[in-house]
Amino acid sequence: MSKIETRGLSLFYGNFQALIDVNVQIKEKMITALIGPSGCGKSTFLRTLNRMNDLIDGIRITGEVLIDGENIYGNRTDLVLLRKKVGMVFQRPNSFPLSVFDNVAYGPRIHGSKNKAELEDIVEESLRHVELWDILKDKLDHSALNLSLEQQQRLCIARLVAVTPEVVLMDEPCSALDPVATSKVEELMAELKKQYTILIVTHNMQQAARVSDRTGFMLLGKLLEYGETRQVFTNPKEKKTEEYITGRYG
Amino acid sequence: MEFFIEKAILLNGFACILFVILIFFFLAKDGLALFKFVTIQDFLFGTLWNPLAEPPQFGILPLFLGSLIVTLGATIISVPLGMACAIFIGEIAPRWMRETLKAGVELLAAIPSIVIGFIGMTMLGPVVKNLFHLPTGLTALTGALALAFMAIPTIVSIMEDAISSVPRIYKEGSLALGATHWQTIYRVIIPAASSGIVAAVMLGIGRVIGETMAVMMLTGNASVIPKTILAPVRTMTATIAAEMGETVRGSEHYFALFALGLVLFVITFFINLVADAALHRKQK
Repeated sequence: MSKIETRGLSLFYGNFQALIDVNVQIKEKMITALIGPSGCGKSTFLRTLNRMNDLIDGIRITGEVLIDGENIYGNRTDLVLLRKKVGMVFQRPNSFPLSVFDNVAYGPRIHGSKNKAELEDIVEESLRHVELWDILKDKLDHSALNLSLEQQQRLCIARLVAVTPEVVLMDEPCSALDPVATSKVEELMAELKKQYTILIVTHNMQQAARVSDRTGFMLLGKLLEYGETRQVFTNPKEKKTEEYITGRYG
Repeated sequence: MEFFIEKAILLNGFACILFVILIFFFLAKDGLALFKFVTIQDFLFGTLWNPLAEPPQFGILPLFLGSLIVTLGATIISVPLGMACAIFIGEIAPRWMRETLKAGVELLAAIPSIVIGFIGMTMLGPVVKNLFHLPTGLTALTGALALAFMAIPTIVSIMEDAISSVPRIYKEGSLALGATHWQTIYRVIIPAASSGIVAAVMLGIGRVIGETMAVMMLTGNASVIPKTILAPVRTMTATIAAEMGETVRGSEHYFALFALGLVLFVITFFINLVADAALHRKQK
């Protein structure tokens, strides 16, 4: 069974239809990249998977999104549990204006763990996971906002890891980073793949080709093509995909 | 041209500081003159303010405590209410309600203090009197309630600005980790807005402590040391306003009122300093 499956997913902002009948099946413990020109709906699609679009007024969603076989737009969905399970990394690092420790401990705390020793363990383990522990272990009480952007983005990933999600959504996670920092985050993604199902939205086609196992190409709200990354990049079925990949528009 | 404008702006900046310093010296010159007649101890810790007695008594302790109890009361009432209101407007209210509420709150700030004093005298006073079975409705509590009402628009308006200017990505980040709206508000949004919140509280207190007209009308003007918040009190500001007209220029009484002004100046200066320190500590 696929980890994530959408059936006839459409999304409307008022009268504008931003997603048109998206059907996709995403396998566990793989990196799936979503590419496409600006405004094609890839970020919007990503945000339907943890219901972040619910924050926007005047939005309407039809169809189904199944995660582990359960429709997250059903009546019985607990948003807290959903978002704990489906975490998100944002375009710009959004570490909170709190200390490094409090940033990583944020998730465990809101989900109810109060034990100091337990929190310390979680923080250490999560920071180790993103290879920040050695750099930050003596600076846990410093403000997270003093870190470099790359370190902040790693911290955001550590913060996510601390709540033990199953799916990680990444919305252009490297767009604020320089090439060196980008390659470090990409290495991290390859490492994270062992435990998590990752979806990444990216403008950078080389990045999609480098890191992902599957690639979806979106255009004007439709998922035009979806398949193995190598096939999509070397032998696309759709003419539009080929045109986009070869840089004829976008 | 560029040069000229730069210098003009610089001059303005210095002028502001210069005015503050001049005001301070002006106050200090006449205020300190009092201490030729009265010792500082008698002035600061004397428990009797009676300029018409023979010899006149200039102990400001009752006035200071009067100001303190009214200000403290107003702060305790207005800060939680103002904060709740700011959070509601900034975070919870739907968009159409938000604009209406903001406009309404800002309109509150436009009510002249004399009008609030008037309403307090005719409506709030009797309520306080009947509620607590007091001989008079003009008490520290009445003044504190009216002042809280005057401080709330300032507090709400500045706090709401601070709360709304918290970057949206913080809120999204918190919600995306599975936090509820309320957890997001008190764990991320309030800490992120804390410098603005402190500023709002301090400016609210500043407004309260300097307010004269409404407290003069509402607190009963009895210069005795208040034992409860239900007793009539007299604040420092009200004393200056009430007595300035009847003093002889250059008399002890005249100097005493200036000294009182000097004390007020020092207090507000200190409050601003504390606010500033709080802001900078947060930014580190």
